[in-house]
Amino acid sequence: MKKVYLDYAASTPIDPRVLKVVNQHLKTTFANSSSLHSFGQEAQAVVEKSRQIVAQALKANPEEIIFTSSATESNNTVLKGVAWANKHKGNQIIVSSIEHDCVLKSSQWLEKQGFEIIKLAVDKYGLISPQNLKKAVSKKTILVSMMQANNEVGTIQPIEELARICKQKNVPFHTDASQSFGKIPINVKKMKIDFLTASSHKIYGPKGVALLYLRKGVKIEPLLHGGGHESGFRSSTVNVPVIAGLAKAVEICQKEMSQETIRLTKLRNKLIKGILDKIPDSYLNGHPEKRLANNANLRFSYIEGEAIMLKLNQLGIAVSTGSACSSQSLEPSHVLLAMGLRPEEIQGSIRFSLGRWTKEEEIDYVLKVLPKVIKDLRRISPYV
Amino acid sequence: MYNQKVLKHFQKPHNFGKMKNPDGVGKAGNIVCGDVMHLYIKVEKDKIKDIKFQTFGCVAALATSSIITDLAKGKTLTKALNINKDKVVKSLGGLPPVKIHCSVLASDALAEAIYDYLSKNKRKIPEDLQEKHQRIEKEKEIIEEKYKDWIKKEEKMLT
Repeated sequence: MKKVYLDYAASTPIDPRVLKVVNQHLKTTFANSSSLHSFGQEAQAVVEKSRQIVAQALKANPEEIIFTSSATESNNTVLKGVAWANKHKGNQIIVSSIEHDCVLKSSQWLEKQGFEIIKLAVDKYGLISPQNLKKAVSKKTILVSMMQANNEVGTIQPIEELARICKQKNVPFHTDASQSFGKIPINVKKMKIDFLTASSHKIYGPKGVALLYLRKGVKIEPLLHGGGHESGFRSSTVNVPVIAGLAKAVEICQKEMSQETIRLTKLRNKLIKGILDKIPDSYLNGHPEKRLANNANLRFSYIEGEAIMLKLNQLGIAVSTGSACSSQSLEPSHVLLAMGLRPEEIQGSIRFSLGRWTKEEEIDYVLKVLPKVIKDLRRISPYV
Repeated sequence: MYNQKVLKHFQKPHNFGKMKNPDGVGKAGNIVCGDVMHLYIKVEKDKIKDIKFQTFGCVAALATSSIITDLAKGKTLTKALNINKDKVVKSLGGLPPVKIHCSVLASDALAEAIYDYLSKNKRKIPEDLQEKHQRIEKEKEIIEEKYKDWIKKEEKMLT
């Protein structure tokens, strides 16, 4: 059976060029990078070289980059660490209502500790309004955290504008760039970003490693205390092989980004247009242009997403859904809800996310089989 | 996540579609939670002669809908009323824990269809069926109220 992976936003396969680097370091660079002997120093050199590569990609200084275990950890560190270090200044934190759960759940936890959390609404495309942020920021605000691109609908926020507002009001600004890093250019200096989160496994690197950019001089408490690794910001023995892998993955993305964006946009547009043309009562979720090149999120009336997903899975196609049934919490996607969609509209939402190995034949295959999948499920539905 | 039997029913559901002139119709579930089932029965000599369903829902909802029509077809109304969620789950060879609630959808829809048939024909309704019907009605009301409140809140948030 044909196998078509269209869930690159969930995770990506490791690039063979990255795998080679990781393998090599797993074999040879085993020592603790804190050790002062030659073995340790070799490991340390690999980490510092990686830090330089990552810093260059973000236009940051190497000492402003720390390596963590996941984007979830990076986001937890920023939310909790900044709250803790700045609680004498104020207790208010502003996030958007479409952040990833690791930001929203961290906020919820902070709320229990006495912090005030403001969740900014988004419009029907999932866009945050800079005007609203301007109104919301107050003297009590100690952090603003807004994702650069949304994981479900791919909407790209006006980050530069949002960060500028924060800079003017002297409030630190964090962006979760897990979905956008490596896909759209980022310049933390020019964009006035104070904290940035990015992950390795979304950009064809290994899992279990991510990064956090901390602008020089920002006030933050570490999440993990211990041996003082990563300039004291993140204690834990440094995972050298995967950090080297992350750096390699970043290098490849930087080199191939502009070409790849053009290629993926073409394929993605073909997919969206094909679905909208071929399938009645299908709609695009999110912004038609201000979206990641690899994201297509569509909804199909009268049917439920998990059923669509499983039918596609039986045809070898891997996608994901925002439907309540498919989530452990049995709640529909908070992102689509925040965009003003009704629960019944959300239930039939499917995310297709394309990537480095997506080929035109695969898009053609999806367009060939999807109409029948939708039609078959609609035959069983009481709403048609 | 799902076993082969569940997937088989999902892939090729039995007895689906709308029924012309049914003797009883049962509706259960709600669109907010993502599962809605309509179940139609034809009754002859107190037996379920024909049964059909239409379901909006996930794999588990579709599979439980399909199997309950198999279980109920040909049974007397009294016997059909004994088909509870445990029987539905068991005949499917199990469901993931988070999906067990889908089996309630199917047994509720069947009970509602029988209730509808009995009340249309001015027949005596067994006490436990009466109770079940009241519970289902009440749940519907609660969810509709919640939904209204919630939509109002959402609209406020957007403006």
